[in-house]
Amino acid sequence: MKYQEKIDLNVVFPITKYITFFKIRFLTGLQYRSAALAGVVTQFAWGFLELLMFQAFYESGSGVFPMGMEQLAAYVWLQQAFLSLYMIWYWEGDIFNSIRNGDVAYELCRPISIYTMWFTKCMGSRISKAVLRCVPILFLACFLPYPFGLKVNIGKVEIIFFILSMTLALLVSVAFSMVIYMLTFFTTNQQGLQIVAASLAEFFGGAVIPIPFFPEKLQKVLNLLPFASMQNIPFRIFSGNIRGVFLYESVAMQITWVVILLLLGKYLEKKALQKICVLGG
Amino acid sequence: MIQVENLSKIYKVSRREAGMKSAWKNLFSRQYEEVKAIQNLSFSVKKGEMVGYIGPNGAGKSSTIKILSGILTPEEGTCIINGRIPWKERKAHVKDIGVVFGQRSQLWWDVPVIDSFELLKDIYQISKEQYNNSLEELVNCLSLSTILKTPTRQLSLGQRMRCEIAASLLHNPSILFLDEPTIGLDAVSKLAVRDFIKKRNEVHKTTVILTTHDMQDIEALTSRIMLIGRGRLLLDGTLDNLKEQVGQSNNNLDEVLAALYKKYKIQ
Repeated sequence: MKYQEKIDLNVVFPITKYITFFKIRFLTGLQYRSAALAGVVTQFAWGFLELLMFQAFYESGSGVFPMGMEQLAAYVWLQQAFLSLYMIWYWEGDIFNSIRNGDVAYELCRPISIYTMWFTKCMGSRISKAVLRCVPILFLACFLPYPFGLKVNIGKVEIIFFILSMTLALLVSVAFSMVIYMLTFFTTNQQGLQIVAASLAEFFGGAVIPIPFFPEKLQKVLNLLPFASMQNIPFRIFSGNIRGVFLYESVAMQITWVVILLLLGKYLEKKALQKICVLGG
Repeated sequence: MIQVENLSKIYKVSRREAGMKSAWKNLFSRQYEEVKAIQNLSFSVKKGEMVGYIGPNGAGKSSTIKILSGILTPEEGTCIINGRIPWKERKAHVKDIGVVFGQRSQLWWDVPVIDSFELLKDIYQISKEQYNNSLEELVNCLSLSTILKTPTRQLSLGQRMRCEIAASLLHNPSILFLDEPTIGLDAVSKLAVRDFIKKRNEVHKTTVILTTHDMQDIEALTSRIMLIGRGRLLLDGTLDNLKEQVGQSNNNLDEVLAALYKKYKIQ
């Protein structure tokens, strides 16, 4: 008989414990099938209404629009399909609760970094929600008649940039919410922060109206903010609105924001742990 | 093993008078008061010792435990446990300690207890072999075999506490901090928990620091008692030392303690 030594991966690589958190969140998220179905219906209806509204503007307006109707359709459908990846108004309730009622004490007496643990948890739940919702929405959107349908109008290079940019946008979104989670250690109540952060991100991130529709001067400022490095960039790459040299520029901006937000979050974690005060006795 | 010197912890507590007027005033200038939860605390604990840590509510017991377990950073003083400063090397430090907060839960609410244990196995990077051994021993000693597959939310408090204690010992720590482990438990569960802690200490030479308001816990478990009041260490000795202080050795333990609190004016 051949003797095989089993290597316990978990003991060899410390990273595996964080993968466990990711897996748990991912699998938990997959269980909510009816929520996903409801989400698909809502997102599809919402996307359709949004497009109808824009079409009304396009037909009645005489001005030149910054995005063609086809580009806009691609943008809106991606936005609806991947809503759960980039929505800033979605918060992990148990993170806030653990800070508010002091259960974070237990998490602090584990040999883990709470930043990394919460980060992977957030990634897990966002990705699992998106996996269930994106397929039916994208599928249906492909069969819609011109100009409402979702069409691939970009080359191979852009596709690669799109995928890269999708990933970076997720990292920016999660790193941004991590900053808010960490700030909760200092404010004891999270609601104000939540609302302000979510509204800013929604409006200036192109979730309500795509950024090209903003006045040009404002756009220049918005492009420098972290919010523009979330959903705005990948969706516009896919719709063909960002191309050429702007591809590199936008992705570089995203990388910059990932780094800045990660460092800021880690710094706040350190500060928070130094002056932490476990609430509730 | 545990060396604590001149430890101090200060909390900022916001204060205001009742009523609209002061609430309004509080909007503009907030009054903070510094509360010294712990002042100049020094003690040391040897390996394998069981120490009872007692004192009235708000005396600083839980704060001490939280500092020793690396959760809180003190303002002054040092503390060295197994050669490490807990709050500076938190991750390395906590691998070697187990903590139970009687008033909180570390178990995952909606899933069977065994799933929480598996998660802890990954968090502490316990090898399969060691995990199986620890689990078997803990399941036997705490009679958990019938409740392992029950979701935490459906356990009684006594059952849950037994699981909590098992959860904090899976990685076989050399030090165990118990913050009110018997709070709210019935007589049978209390006895089971005490019995287990005692055995654990005998077999594994686990160092135990336990806070409690239940003097019977102290009597059953610890040979050494530390009394803390208003953040200061007032007494460090045996149960008999404690009784001598009040000179009423025939009274029951709760009365002795109450007399002691009165004597030190910490109530």
